[in-house]
Amino acid sequence: MLTFTLRRLLLAIPTLLLISLVIFLLVDLAPGSPASEIPLTVPPEVREKILESLGVNQPIFVRYFLWLKQFFYVEPLNGIDALFGTSYAEGMQRIISYQTRSPVFPLIAERLPQTLTVIGTAYLVGVAIALPIGIYSAYRQYSLFDQLGTMFAMIGFSVPTFFSGTVFIIVFGVWLGLFPTKYDTTLEVTDWDSFIKQMKQMAMPVMVLGLANAAAISRYMRSSMLENMQQDYVRTARAKGMSERTVVLKHVLRNSMIPVVTIIALGIPSIFGGAIITENLFGVNGIGAALIGAIRGNDLPMVQTLAFIFAILIVTFNLIADVLYGLLDPRIRYD
Amino acid sequence: MTDTTALDKPESQITAIWRQFRQHKGAVFGLCVLGFLVAFVLLGPFLWQAETLKVSEALKLKNQGPSLRFPLGTDQLGRDMLNRMISAGMVSLAVGFIAMLIAIFFGTFVGVMAGYFKRLDGPLMRLTDMFLALPLIPLLLVMVMLFRDKIAKVVGPEMGAFILIVFAIGMTSWMHAARIVRGEVLALKEREYVLAARSIGAPPRRIILRHILPNVISPVMVAATLGIAEAIITESVLSFLGLGFPPDFPTWGRLLHDGLSYMQLYPERVIWPGLAISLTVLSVNYIGDGLRDALDPKARGR
Repeated sequence: MLTFTLRRLLLAIPTLLLISLVIFLLVDLAPGSPASEIPLTVPPEVREKILESLGVNQPIFVRYFLWLKQFFYVEPLNGIDALFGTSYAEGMQRIISYQTRSPVFPLIAERLPQTLTVIGTAYLVGVAIALPIGIYSAYRQYSLFDQLGTMFAMIGFSVPTFFSGTVFIIVFGVWLGLFPTKYDTTLEVTDWDSFIKQMKQMAMPVMVLGLANAAAISRYMRSSMLENMQQDYVRTARAKGMSERTVVLKHVLRNSMIPVVTIIALGIPSIFGGAIITENLFGVNGIGAALIGAIRGNDLPMVQTLAFIFAILIVTFNLIADVLYGLLDPRIRYD
Repeated sequence: MTDTTALDKPESQITAIWRQFRQHKGAVFGLCVLGFLVAFVLLGPFLWQAETLKVSEALKLKNQGPSLRFPLGTDQLGRDMLNRMISAGMVSLAVGFIAMLIAIFFGTFVGVMAGYFKRLDGPLMRLTDMFLALPLIPLLLVMVMLFRDKIAKVVGPEMGAFILIVFAIGMTSWMHAARIVRGEVLALKEREYVLAARSIGAPPRRIILRHILPNVISPVMVAATLGIAEAIITESVLSFLGLGFPPDFPTWGRLLHDGLSYMQLYPERVIWPGLAISLTVLSVNYIGDGLRDALDPKARGR
């Protein structure tokens, strides 16, 4: 198991390096880069100065390695400094945003909690809805509940979140007036009233993202349960006289959860992508909104860093899913 | 004794698949809805011609509700919504279809190469894994933002947006097809008929084109169907975020984006394009489900 994990871990490193190179080159070599945005009327020596201040006058590979060093060495050191009050990173150049002229990482750290509260809750809600529906649908295959459940899953799977979100805003926000249509980032939870307020403003984004996730996960849960329900060990368990409850919720469920757990882990990075839309729609001031803002403002360091953080999330959760799969199902380890 | 005439002619494969496909209620529903939407988009321009209004007339007729003259009302500039829905739908469906074709073509190519030639397998599959780990939506947004103006200068804003978005979506969604095809090819190339073809001296190109490709068609078709849905969603996400098509060359996603600012007063302007996207994706997904059931009997009912 250890070698299996180690091998996967080592494979992740070249993948990440390659992705970082792709992201860096794509953003940097694109014709819309800041060097080409400077008007031609600007005198050459001023132009030099501008380029120098942006840090883009060096050859591209130098900048790439500088960026890598900043990302993996300087910024973590700064993180340590901020946590323990030390000063390891003093005088080192950090990744600077073009828009705000301040380091990128504190900006992201500021935004992250907003994203995590909304998305984390949404994902938990999604899983909590999906599992019972999937289990019961499979147990009573072709029943009315199953047909309704599969239809719900298919619809939730097909309707894009930006449309379901808009409909929710129109129905719950505008017509019924139950929930606020915009998310108030400055709200602090201090007492019961503000807690209720926070719950109310989180309700719609969480519902939208949660339902979309629930649809996908319940489909996997159902098909995995169906596969296991026909196995011989289920018949054996029933023949031994075990209660239906034990058979389904212990024997079948445990085996069916193996692929579903990995699907749940694999889905986490993609919901960060989905968060871009939801945050934009509801005005949640998280990292998805930060990315859109940075793209609109041509803020290359911010875009590169955020895109790479998304990539790290994907690779990490792929790794976690792989290891979990190996851990839960010993047959996988020796491929 | 044996009465050969009593035996029915054996069913052709296509009839068998069609018979299976028809059993799937959702798939038949999907086919009808998709057929209706395609007809709406293709025949719409012939059946419904919007009047050409002068600017002063159009401004008086802005934000109209549904009427006989404007069945879906008009937008904030007095443009006929039905007309816009039709032309937007054409672009949306075309983007989905062409992006899917690019993705399937490229994915099948990579898959066949990786599956057939052992030496290419490692590098190509690493490449596939790397693409799967790319954060696609952020990258697509960046690509559109950075390249849109440059391409627009060469081929014009409309064609530029179309080509850029179609290629960007196609080149970032071929990975699933490649994986599926590689798996199939790995199994197929050990079969006896491939050995037979090789032993009579058929070159790899011929073995691949004549013997292997026809046998990977069914999984590729399922992947292609689902690929259309994915491409349409991705395009509308880009348009929804305002980084897709220009407003005078709309897609359903763009119409939805435009309608958002007027959502509280005229919700129908958001509902119609959103409903069209959702129905297209839903029906395409159902068709994909039905196709998979019909082509792969083992997966039936799951």
